[in-house]
Amino acid sequence: MLLYQALVAPFIEFEFMRRALAGIVALSLGGAPIGVFLMLRRMSLVGDAMAHAILPGAAIGFLLSGLNLFAMTFGGLIAGFTVAILAGVVSRATELKEDASLAAFYLVSLAVGVTIVSMKGTNIDLLHVLFGNILAMDDQTLLVIAFNATLTLLVMAVIYRPLVIECVDPLYLRTVSRAGAPAHLAFLALVVINLVNGFHALGTLLAVGLMILPAGIAKFWARDITGMMLVAVGSAMLSGYAGLVLSFQTRVPSGPAIILVAAVLYIASLLFGRAGGVVRKLFPGRHLEA
Amino acid sequence: MAAQLQFNNVTLGYDRHPAVHHLSGAIESGALLAVVGPNGAGKSTLFRGIVGILKPLAGSIGRGGIDIRDIAYLPQTADIDRSFPISVFDFVGTGLWRTSGPFGGVGKAAHAKIAHALAAVGLGGFENRNIGTLSGGQTQRMLFARVLLQDARVIVLDEPFNAVDARTTADLVALIGRWHAEGRTVIAALHDIELVRGSFPQTLLLARTAVAWGPTPEVLTAANQAEARRMCEAFDDGAAACHADAPPRAA
Repeated sequence: MLLYQALVAPFIEFEFMRRALAGIVALSLGGAPIGVFLMLRRMSLVGDAMAHAILPGAAIGFLLSGLNLFAMTFGGLIAGFTVAILAGVVSRATELKEDASLAAFYLVSLAVGVTIVSMKGTNIDLLHVLFGNILAMDDQTLLVIAFNATLTLLVMAVIYRPLVIECVDPLYLRTVSRAGAPAHLAFLALVVINLVNGFHALGTLLAVGLMILPAGIAKFWARDITGMMLVAVGSAMLSGYAGLVLSFQTRVPSGPAIILVAAVLYIASLLFGRAGGVVRKLFPGRHLEA
Repeated sequence: MAAQLQFNNVTLGYDRHPAVHHLSGAIESGALLAVVGPNGAGKSTLFRGIVGILKPLAGSIGRGGIDIRDIAYLPQTADIDRSFPISVFDFVGTGLWRTSGPFGGVGKAAHAKIAHALAAVGLGGFENRNIGTLSGGQTQRMLFARVLLQDARVIVLDEPFNAVDARTTADLVALIGRWHAEGRTVIAALHDIELVRGSFPQTLLLARTAVAWGPTPEVLTAANQAEARRMCEAFDDGAAACHADAPPRAA
């Protein structure tokens, strides 16, 4: 009965908790597979940089029409796409690596975004933009998040094969197909869409959290990419749910609570993971016959 | 025999510096050609030109009417992310891209083909291993299996036997012989002169341009090889523009 009170009752009693949970499910379904690819392409920090690149666009939307969902989403998408496409094109056309061109964008964007929000809004608005508020999502926000997650899964299904080959052996893909560049750009677009998604729930600073941490967790449990994506989605949902419960019971802000739970899962996986966890490495068991 | 690959006074290079300089000639359909030359002779550059990764600085390369994607290419240092979690079976299966494409199913027949290709390179039983667990020579065998599945008219192999043991080399050379017997055009860059003499009827001795080109015994003379080494040592950062293709001035 106590467990029921702690784990189930909040979601039955309060509508905002149910909305938050639905939002987390959608965010996990779209974001976690993207996170796995970001990690495998060694682009985890690129994802972080992109999250900040969204900020000025969302902030301009905020400046023009206040905390309006569509203005901020639209602004964020435009800013994110601009940076993603610029960085993608620059890295394909020149010797400069993608991370180098993104690092500059990221610092500038964060500074510009915070400046714009501070000019018009209050500190509360700034906190909302930086850390999101998953407990205050209205119907529209929830629908946007669900739509973006659905779009992500559909596009991923379309570009999956070229994307995998592009990751493993880009030169080979170039000799058999022209799908490499479109797949890469579509992937960057999905990164942006999911960051905008995460932005509403977790804010610009933690938006990548539900993408990268689950991917890190998955790395320690699965050895093939399908398994990784399943583990990542599962652990993202679990983190979201447990984070919401934690936040409800202790008044820890919801965004950080979710990421903290994910971090605990990550550390546990790091230590006890079946695929390359620390304990397994220290005590591997007797070596095999062949 | 019709020419499969036709080089029309082609110059290939980087930053205007030619690595292959004014090469002309043809490779016949069904030829088994070794490309031999010292380091820096332009072998890899020539291959990158053939598969269209590198655009010629001047001249042109004719491909006998086949699509550029009908050329299978095995680069010298394959740019493979070996830490990527993909199985040997799936990796080799990407060789079927031309029939399966981005969405096509991989059915029973394709599964059998992939298993057959793996068996042909001696990697039976490795299907479910991750590619990162293979040794260097096994990786090379895996790449040959993918080339096998590509079923291409032209096969371009850039130093395929580097760091490969004698037995693996023998197995893979036998596979090359099979491709030759099937009428495919096979071009390989090699350093092992004895291997070239033993298995490749034709040779191109390259040192930025063709030093000699024809039947292997006539090409691989001591005099020709010394000439190739001498010609490779000319690289000048401040070189003037080459005037070989400039139109003659009016008198």
